[in-house]
Amino acid sequence: MATLKVNGKEFKVDVSPETPLLWVLRDTLGLTGTKYGCGMALCGACTVLVDGEAVRSCVTPASAVVGMEIVTIEGLSTNLSHPLQKAWIAEEVPQCGYCQSGQLMAAAALLRKNRKPTDADIDAAMSGILCRCGTYQRIRGAIHRAVATTTQGGAS
Amino acid sequence: MNEIINLSRRDFLKTGAFLGGGLILGFTIPFQGSPTHASTGSPPPFTPNAFIRIGTDDTVTIIVNKSEMGQGVYTSLPMLVAEELEVDWSRVRIEAAPVDPAYNHTQWGVQGTGGSTSVRTSWDQLLKAGATARVMLIAAGAATWGVEPATCRAEKGSVIHETTKRRLSYGELAERAARLAPPADVPLKPPQAYTLIGKPMKRLDTPEKINGKALFGLDVRVPGMLTAVVARPPVFGATVRSVNDVKAKAVPGVKGVARIDSGVAVVADHFWAAKGGRDALEVVWDEGPLATLDSKSQREEYAKLAGKQGVIAARRGDVEGALAAAAKRIEAIYEVPYLAHAPMEPLNCVAHVRADGCDIWTGTQMQTGDRDAAARLTGLPPDKVKLHTMLLGGGFGRRAVGDAHFVREAVQVSMAVKAPVKVVWTREDDIRGGYYRPVVYNLIRAGLGDDGMPVAWHHRIVGQSILIGTPFQGGMKDGLDPTQVEGAADSPYEVPNFLVDYHMAPAGVPVLWWRSVGHTFTAFVKEGFIDELAHLAGKDPYQYRRQLLAKHPRQRALLDLVAAKAGWGKRSAPDRFQGIAVHESFGSFVAQVAEVSVNPAGLVRVHRVVCAIDCGRIVNPDTIAAQMESGIVFGLTAALYGEITFREGRVEQSNFHDYEILRINEMPKVEVHIMPSQEPSGGVGEPGVPPIAPAVANAVYTATGKRIRRLPMRPGELRRA
Repeated sequence: MATLKVNGKEFKVDVSPETPLLWVLRDTLGLTGTKYGCGMALCGACTVLVDGEAVRSCVTPASAVVGMEIVTIEGLSTNLSHPLQKAWIAEEVPQCGYCQSGQLMAAAALLRKNRKPTDADIDAAMSGILCRCGTYQRIRGAIHRAVATTTQGGAS
Repeated sequence: MNEIINLSRRDFLKTGAFLGGGLILGFTIPFQGSPTHASTGSPPPFTPNAFIRIGTDDTVTIIVNKSEMGQGVYTSLPMLVAEELEVDWSRVRIEAAPVDPAYNHTQWGVQGTGGSTSVRTSWDQLLKAGATARVMLIAAGAATWGVEPATCRAEKGSVIHETTKRRLSYGELAERAARLAPPADVPLKPPQAYTLIGKPMKRLDTPEKINGKALFGLDVRVPGMLTAVVARPPVFGATVRSVNDVKAKAVPGVKGVARIDSGVAVVADHFWAAKGGRDALEVVWDEGPLATLDSKSQREEYAKLAGKQGVIAARRGDVEGALAAAAKRIEAIYEVPYLAHAPMEPLNCVAHVRADGCDIWTGTQMQTGDRDAAARLTGLPPDKVKLHTMLLGGGFGRRAVGDAHFVREAVQVSMAVKAPVKVVWTREDDIRGGYYRPVVYNLIRAGLGDDGMPVAWHHRIVGQSILIGTPFQGGMKDGLDPTQVEGAADSPYEVPNFLVDYHMAPAGVPVLWWRSVGHTFTAFVKEGFIDELAHLAGKDPYQYRRQLLAKHPRQRALLDLVAAKAGWGKRSAPDRFQGIAVHESFGSFVAQVAEVSVNPAGLVRVHRVVCAIDCGRIVNPDTIAAQMESGIVFGLTAALYGEITFREGRVEQSNFHDYEILRINEMPKVEVHIMPSQEPSGGVGEPGVPPIAPAVANAVYTATGKRIRRLPMRPGELRRA
């Protein structure tokens, strides 16, 4: 039995320690917003924040994140108020939508560290998150938009 | 923005489960309106037809009979209904249709999504559905007030009596309208009166797709559900000789092992245990005739077939005579490999088979066939099989299978363990699971006259048939699979002596439609080879095409538009080169100019793509732009990376490290221009794909002098010596 802190709440989970965080989130906690795409940290669909860092939950054993702050797409905001979510709507980013949880969490991790990322910064932070629908141009636009709106508003 | 229902997943699933056999999980787009919609058991007050339900609480539900896989049908189809219904768009919510003849494709006679047909085959049906409801609501309002319907109008979900300005909402009129008989004939708006159609409306499914609430097939959870991972044959057509499941059953969480038609299923409490069990399973296979399949020898086999004449797909004039008399002749081989669809959501299906019924939850493009296959397996009447269409995490054709294989598999596992089961395909299962775009070997020859224009064109195609041996086999004619010659046999280029023939290569590897089907390679061959002819003739490739398209004004206009927007002939940097292509598919025309550089190591970088589409009358321009962006990325991925190969009968690729997908750092700047048109609607989901590979290959030729005739592009062949 281990205790995981996800989106600010503590959950006691009874899983074998090597179980990837992804499957604990999805199958044990029912947080299906985090997606399975490859199981090998190749596509980024499973990206969550662990202590603020973008982490591929499909290759992260649950035992490795005990006691750490885990944030999933469900915890990004409660009401679509995160600047990235607003920008995603404004730019009409998603198509099938399956990869977008991973895209948003990776972008959130980027903006935590870099309040005004360049295109090269975006490439570096986001190139591990695959989108088969090809929404990349809009993802880039939405990240820039989120930056612009937060800087204008003075918020971080 | 439309309001999101804050319905907890737990309550939601509880409801779905308790209604067992009900339609709840299929209707899992808890978009707008009443939070109780998922659990309402009461009959809706006003359902003038299969596509509209209006509640007394003013909720307007539009039922969508096409699968949402990213292409935007959960927005564009409701726009058609809402345009005539005169409803407040911000209050529209959506449900996925159950399986019912009322939801059949207007041309296919079964329910399904594909062929870039959704908007163009639903246009009249959905406008009429909306208009019928509006006329009935107006009649109900007029009757309430005792006035003539002609003195009333509908606006934003209300009926208004013009002179007195009295107003009743659709919800208030719902019960009265429900007692009226639907009118046989209803007037439709003239296009110039449209308020939604043609406007860039926001997608209705965006909010759910950015907060984790959207439910794809893989996200379905029902009480008591187990998860299965299946050991499928390592070679297509192999069968199980023996199974040792001792180690599999020892994996904690594994509940059982079941032999099914497709292989051996390991069933467990959750995915991780099921996968661990599957990996621990020891299966001995009878590998069958494909055990020696090898891509290199297959290539030689196809080349041999190309030496003989195939089934004629199109013929004009005398190709051999014209070739013999031509001033210049050219011959080439163009090749494309097997391709996996690789949607980001791997295949999956939840099935719950009981004595009295069966529920299936999955993302599918072929509802009727899947439902019927489940009925046959279970012995249940089709109406006892409820198929709930979930969001598709990408489709691209992969979830439109004639044999319902991923549904049948889940049904069999559920029958074996007598519980609801979710079968999950790993990425490796998905990449190695077949149903590929076929390998195609093309022999192409042409002759030019003294003026440099083509006098003869012969295209011979060797590849597997998609249709043969499937329920779609009726589409074959005299051994010809039309999906394998589309875009080639109907080439618009004016060449007096013209021949296209086709050899059906031996079956074995399962093949399937892959976003834009035959056009994936016919455009590459046609647009690559016409470029070769232009260069051989010493002419500008844009002008050369233009001259050959004199009788095709829509394609000509697109070429002009894309050339103008791209600044054709003017290089933006010394190391950047342009290539152009134009192609018709699925009722639409697309032209693209790619701007490319090739580095000394032979790596191709696409910097910019200017794309112009003429798809006739349009519904949502932003969706069209998005689909062009999407098609370009999809086609570019195939052109630069896509290849499934076989060695000793086994697929050599397995996951995204060796089956690569374009990444954000490789994304070109894409500009989309939509040609204004009042022609009938064409498709948009697929037509963006075909022109990009030839446009890039043609640019690479101007950059390097090397002609790419085999995909994917190989940097080694483009390296500067």
